[in-house]
Amino acid sequence: MVMLDSLAIMLVIVIPTIAATLAVAWWFRSSNARARYRPAFAYSGRLELIVWSIPALVIFFLGGVAWISAHQLDPARPLPTEVAPLEVQVVSLDWKWLFIYPDQSIASVNRLVVPVGVPFRLRITSASVYNVFFVPRLGSEIYAMYGMTTRLNLEADQPGVYPGLSAHFSGDGFPGMAFDVDAVQPAQFARWVAGARTAGPPLDARSYHDLLRQSENVKPYTYGAVAPGLFDSIVRGQQPPGPGPAATTITTATPKEPPHHVG
Amino acid sequence: MWGKLSWQAIPFHEPIALVAGGLVFAALGVILTWIALKGYMPYLWREWITSVDHKRIGIMYVVLALVMLLRGFSDALMMRAQQAVAFHAPGFLPPAHYDQIFTAHGTIMIFFVAMPFVIGLMNFVVPLQLGVRDVAFPTLNSVGFWLTAAGALLVNLSLVVGEFARTGWLAFPPLSEITYSPGVGVDYYLWALQVSGIGTLMTGINMVTTILKVRAPGMSYMRMPIFCWTSLASSLLIVAAFPVLTATLGMLLLDRYLGFHFFTNLAGGNSMMFMNLIWAWGHPEVYILALPAFGVFSEVVPTLSGKALFGRRSMVVATLAICVLSFTVWLHHFFTMGAGGDVNGFFGIASMIIAVPTGVKVFNWLFTMYGGRIRYDSPMLWSIGFMVTFVIGGMTGVLLASPAADFLLHNSLFLVAHFHNVIIGAVLFGGFAGYTYWFPKAFGFRLNEALGKAAFWCWFVGFYVAFGPLYVLGLEGMTRRMQHYDRPEWHPWILVAGVGALIILCGIALQIAQLVVSIRNRAQLRDETGDPWDGRSLEWATASPPPAFNFAVLPRVTGPEPLWDLKCRARELGRLVTAEPPYEPIEMPRNSATGFVTAFLAVVTGFSLIWHIWWLVIVGLAGAYLTFVVFAWRDLVEIIVPADEVAELDRANRAARAAVLASGYPR
Repeated sequence: MVMLDSLAIMLVIVIPTIAATLAVAWWFRSSNARARYRPAFAYSGRLELIVWSIPALVIFFLGGVAWISAHQLDPARPLPTEVAPLEVQVVSLDWKWLFIYPDQSIASVNRLVVPVGVPFRLRITSASVYNVFFVPRLGSEIYAMYGMTTRLNLEADQPGVYPGLSAHFSGDGFPGMAFDVDAVQPAQFARWVAGARTAGPPLDARSYHDLLRQSENVKPYTYGAVAPGLFDSIVRGQQPPGPGPAATTITTATPKEPPHHVG
Repeated sequence: MWGKLSWQAIPFHEPIALVAGGLVFAALGVILTWIALKGYMPYLWREWITSVDHKRIGIMYVVLALVMLLRGFSDALMMRAQQAVAFHAPGFLPPAHYDQIFTAHGTIMIFFVAMPFVIGLMNFVVPLQLGVRDVAFPTLNSVGFWLTAAGALLVNLSLVVGEFARTGWLAFPPLSEITYSPGVGVDYYLWALQVSGIGTLMTGINMVTTILKVRAPGMSYMRMPIFCWTSLASSLLIVAAFPVLTATLGMLLLDRYLGFHFFTNLAGGNSMMFMNLIWAWGHPEVYILALPAFGVFSEVVPTLSGKALFGRRSMVVATLAICVLSFTVWLHHFFTMGAGGDVNGFFGIASMIIAVPTGVKVFNWLFTMYGGRIRYDSPMLWSIGFMVTFVIGGMTGVLLASPAADFLLHNSLFLVAHFHNVIIGAVLFGGFAGYTYWFPKAFGFRLNEALGKAAFWCWFVGFYVAFGPLYVLGLEGMTRRMQHYDRPEWHPWILVAGVGALIILCGIALQIAQLVVSIRNRAQLRDETGDPWDGRSLEWATASPPPAFNFAVLPRVTGPEPLWDLKCRARELGRLVTAEPPYEPIEMPRNSATGFVTAFLAVVTGFSLIWHIWWLVIVGLAGAYLTFVVFAWRDLVEIIVPADEVAELDRANRAARAAVLASGYPR
């Protein structure tokens, strides 16, 4: 892993530096009569060359590692796979996560169920303020921002529950934005989808507007159907942004400006 | 009449905030009453509040920083306590209050602790090291300080009137926009930083001008002490970066007050632009703080090792390299916004390159100690503690600069641990090293060494106990700013971090004790000669505390270590090198209340803008303009210090130095 490699490379230089600092500082204490006092030792071209080149070489090396890994581990880069990935659209709201499964036409709040061994492709946006989608044990963080989409590709190799959270402070309800990623066997995933379709209200413009209102520590639940194109209409600004704390009634907004894009 | 202000603004429903704020202002009230009763008010007004002497202003900056450190640290303790108990529980601070506390902690520690600390040291030391009588613009200096203090007052006012921002210390939109933060908290934040930011910009301009234009005869650039070089680099960064901050916060103010759409969600606003702009200021800001601290170590390490600094030219080159590079790395604060491999890779490498000149500095300090005779006075302890700690902080910084690693660590407690590692390990340790080192110069007596060393060890150990666990928590995926959490594996580390904070608390208590004990025993700790550390640069060539005019006769500089050379020759000759100079009267700038009055009006204006009291805004602005006109129309610009007085002060110092010389240099 890149992090451990970089850490190891740096420790090779950092540990000797710390040791040398302490050793020199101790040996040349004024009470040590055996240490030679060399008040004129204030310049040495050769040492200066070494002093500049050691950090430069280390950084040259680390910079290469960083450049390569920045491309290889770019979250927008699709994972190599033979199965068709699962598409999931993610919307951060005040203060919960909405996961839309466009192909299955269902949606889930604060719980992301995925089949094991199948990559899932996330498109992420925000309905109000910034958040960061983060499942520490699965991979990269990525911002959720209003009017923009970011992309992230993840895959769970082992079945289990992977805790996720928002990694960017988004207001008073922020610590309650924890969610679980449930990685289950594909058959079980199919059963969950089928179950979700028969239960729960539909997610349309109206129920989405209810969802926009601020709420904290929301228990996971599902929507049995999703209005087609809802995610894109959120990104394009055709849905109103989260109303914040003041508004209790939400009016339907019409977009005045074209949305701006990222990535 | 009073805009949005009403009795509801007093947080009666939040007893913790009310009590905390009440205590702060009660303490302030008690101190002011005590001063008034003792009859010190005229003295305070004449000698400090209206003073334009760079030394007095520098000292007041440091006092402000240390007082605000107590406030910022109380916030840190509250956060540690909250997270210690908020495992599967709401804790004792509701989110609305907790969010204000971490916002205030960050804002106060950066803008009102770290900044005034380094600016105070720069103010006090730079003109002395340059061998001159004052900074280029003394009254502007006073205005700059008082505006910083005005900003600090506004932040603290929010404790008892209204609320502070609940957005994090950089107030990112859209969260900080009026839709999501309709209260006055963000307005307090914005106006406090606008007022203090203008003060900081003034100081930056003043310092750049001073260092470039006001130096003793013979003080060429390469003969300037490294602290002056780092102060120059830091001030250049202030001049370049602070206008960006002012403009960015100005745009957010327009959004909030006049319905503009710079950073809003709707109507074409672009919140990512705020991210870019704020970090275009924010990353240079890191070096605005760190460079002067590096300068302190570059003074302390040679002096207490009894050696010249190793690789002076390298140090200057490294300083300027950091100064330039600091503007090329801002994007590493948001790799995770999805810019893609090329952009992230570029900024990752640019960030790593800064580690090269920084690494050079560490090696140069190391070689400065090599072959020296190191005296373990507490400034040296802070310096060695810094070198060890900073190397670790630098390493974790390079790690975070790798985009692939940052995708796992962004906004995590690993990041929080990293920047505390450099801000505490470099800036604060440097500040404390400088505080102990120059204290005898400022007040004429040393600080108690035993308590100083004990304080160092508490800070040093406390730092590792408090922030080591945060590194671990970051690797375990814990993010910052959590008011509560329910992951059992995090809880023990949080508790350990809390213990670390308590150890640091002991360090702070010892520092307060050190100050009290040293003031009481000042007779024994007296610095008679003005050269308590066997120094090498010009600030030690004058008395402690220096007279208002610093030097009776401006020194002639012939090398990078003028005082050291002079002392070497004096030792050979067995007498003072220079004969008594002919003393002449000295012109000094007059005191001016301009700074204090301007700052008072800035508080009035800021407060009334926050609460929408428009008539008072007009009164405040008109008053500020009037103050400017009155200052511009002043007739008496300078006072004359008569030659007799100059001679008397200088003769006393020469006699003390001659006496020490007779008893044998060094101590």
